[in-house]
Amino acid sequence: MTSPADTHTAASQLSAGPRPAPGPAADEGLSRRLRALACTAPLHDLDARKANLAGAYTVYAMAEVALSAIDLVTLNMDFDTGADHDQIVARLLPRIAAQAPDRPVTEHERVARWVLENLINVGSVDRGFRAVYGTFGADGVYVRRDYDFKLVEEVPGPGGGVYLRATDEAVNVLVGALDTDVTSAQIAAEVKLEVLISRGRLADAQLAAEQARYRTVQYAETLRRTLEATRRNVRAVDWLNAVPDMIAEALDHVADRYRHENAILTNIRKARDEAEEPEHKRRAAELVDIVKDCIRRHTQLQSRLLEAGPLFRAEQDRQAFAAPTARAGLDLYGQLVAPLLPLPVDQATRATDAFFAHGTGLRTPVSVRVGDLVDLLLTPPVEREHLGAEMPEPDLVATPDDSRFSEEQLAHAMELLDLEHDAPRRLSGLLAEARLQDPELPYLVALLAVHAASPPVGTAYRQGERRLLFAVDDGATLDDPEFGGADLIVGTALLDAAGMAADRKDAS
Amino acid sequence: MTEQHAEPDDAWGEPQPAYPAEAAPPAAPASVTPADAADAARLVSFGLQPKLMPARDAEYGELLRRYREEPAFARLADAVATGLGLVVLEVSTRAGMAVTAGEDSVFAVRMGDYARRASSDTADRFLHGLAHLAVAAMAFPRPEDLADDAYIGRITVNGVDAFVRQACHRLEERAAEQGDNTDPATDAPGLESGWRVYARRSSTGATKDARRLAGSTTGIIGKAAAFLADSGFLQRTGDDAGGTYRTTARYQLQVRDMAGSAAMAELLELGVVPVTDGSATLLPPPDTDGLELAADAGLPFHS
Repeated sequence: MTSPADTHTAASQLSAGPRPAPGPAADEGLSRRLRALACTAPLHDLDARKANLAGAYTVYAMAEVALSAIDLVTLNMDFDTGADHDQIVARLLPRIAAQAPDRPVTEHERVARWVLENLINVGSVDRGFRAVYGTFGADGVYVRRDYDFKLVEEVPGPGGGVYLRATDEAVNVLVGALDTDVTSAQIAAEVKLEVLISRGRLADAQLAAEQARYRTVQYAETLRRTLEATRRNVRAVDWLNAVPDMIAEALDHVADRYRHENAILTNIRKARDEAEEPEHKRRAAELVDIVKDCIRRHTQLQSRLLEAGPLFRAEQDRQAFAAPTARAGLDLYGQLVAPLLPLPVDQATRATDAFFAHGTGLRTPVSVRVGDLVDLLLTPPVEREHLGAEMPEPDLVATPDDSRFSEEQLAHAMELLDLEHDAPRRLSGLLAEARLQDPELPYLVALLAVHAASPPVGTAYRQGERRLLFAVDDGATLDDPEFGGADLIVGTALLDAAGMAADRKDAS
Repeated sequence: MTEQHAEPDDAWGEPQPAYPAEAAPPAAPASVTPADAADAARLVSFGLQPKLMPARDAEYGELLRRYREEPAFARLADAVATGLGLVVLEVSTRAGMAVTAGEDSVFAVRMGDYARRASSDTADRFLHGLAHLAVAAMAFPRPEDLADDAYIGRITVNGVDAFVRQACHRLEERAAEQGDNTDPATDAPGLESGWRVYARRSSTGATKDARRLAGSTTGIIGKAAAFLADSGFLQRTGDDAGGTYRTTARYQLQVRDMAGSAAMAELLELGVVPVTDGSATLLPPPDTDGLELAADAGLPFHS
């Protein structure tokens, strides 16, 4: 051991011993965990930094607020839009207020906004986070790498608004170990839910149902992206196999989940109605809401899936069936964008610079004459019109009244048809009576009677009306100089909400 | 206002170099008069106002007709343009006198003037350039579209962003499939892949005054689209999806004859040789069988 050569070899063996096997594969598990760990850092950071804020904010549990913010954003993510900024702040307020009830509301709101802004990381140009970690490369060299991630990202919504979305990383932080196959994870959650409900453990059932909903959202998000790609270019996606397969799979999924969740819904509704304990009742009611929301999302997904086919055919008509041009042009995407994106920025910039220099056209340089400059500088600024241009007075033309019957005639007819509920009349009698008043009136009465043959019961019921005109054909033939057909029995029915409900029950 | 004053000044001031160029071929049947030179320069000055439509201006239309009918006048106008450092792309009634700035011309647009951050930050410089390329790629998604003179492309700002993001996402997925660690080394930002720079830039952001966040990708693409609209390359048609635009004949010429080949040359120099048979298009690399699908339009949705 005294020989220097020996120590040298020993040292090199020692240093080689604890080092993991070289190569990215061996290190992969570690770097994945390091990245997962990094995702939680912004939350810890919030609690660490709250002391630096002007004011005594240590009373607030910032990480808790942040987690619940991510929760809210995830739950409010829809197909087209994300969650609304102000809505999230408003929903956070009760929790923050509970943490410090004696503080003013404005402070609560400030805390909510501070947390949300820090989750977006408003200060940075990328609006994201970066963590540095080290790995051993394929050649055994230790390399420090940047891991960039976002927790809550801002996306453009319809109408130019900005909406929030929770990123995959955030969902992973929130639910934990979600890095699995979406479909199978969902099935697992559903099974778990059913078992829990059958054993009557509602508290756990709610947790499982919420997890199922997170996965539903995630699944929908994946599909949304795929459909968007389809819309862009017909040939960008494989419409021969991949997309029809995907659509069929998704439709199967929707049908399957729909059946499944309706079954669950029935079960929980029963549990809700039968539950004695108010706490159980409340939980079951919440669960019903969650499952309903799941079903709503599935329906939304399904309608998107059904739109995909017509969209494809329309685009195909436009793109594939046009006469081919003689000369082949440059394929901007295939030959420029696609090869350029994987290049290192340094090299890619050369090509983009060349495109920019030749693709932006020309700008005529501004040369100012002193005379113009003086005029320009001395011109008073134009007063801005706050109210905009004056609206021209609209030139209104009275539309001629081309109604077949006048208001007066309608009033007469309604009066005639305002029958006692226990005294229905024949149409022939009504027509004769109408003819005495006005030769035109029978037409209106006949029209109203025919309409009454199919009375809008549902509408009247919903609108809470008490009376409804109806007409029934008992086979008698109408004997009238102007009209033919059945001599309807016209009467008024009294609507009775309780009675109708009872009738329905009897019928079923 | 000052711009319009400046243009004729520049154009009028230059004809002298054109004279010797024109005097060289003595074969010209009618000798060129100063009035002809003035007309030629006037035509070039019309070409310098890219938003001006030949159909809307009688004098412009007349000069275009003269360019096409009188070879001597055409050569004179070409010479004026060349002397000013301009490249003539096409002279026609649809595109007008389509000229563009030569490499070192005073009319050329420089990246540093275009976006301040771009001169100092490599990532921003790349993103601004990529935005222009992506707008063109979306405006002319297939080679046929770029070649077809009658084609009018339509783009939206958000659409371009989503498209590039999607492409980046696919690259990310592919890298993940191959087990590559794409996180760049901390001390070598220039080695970061292009798609990654784009992917980590947020697509939008709330600002205090409800304007688009300039550093976001939709902000960068929106700037590119607005700039191209100013150059007479795009026409704004609406405000939906971050702004909708349609292309003009000039833009097609510019992309086809100038920008595309220039960027292509750079790529070839870098040793990246995009292989294509002239028919492939916005396909993700493995899906080559997507091309045959036109034969069977009724797709098996529910089988």
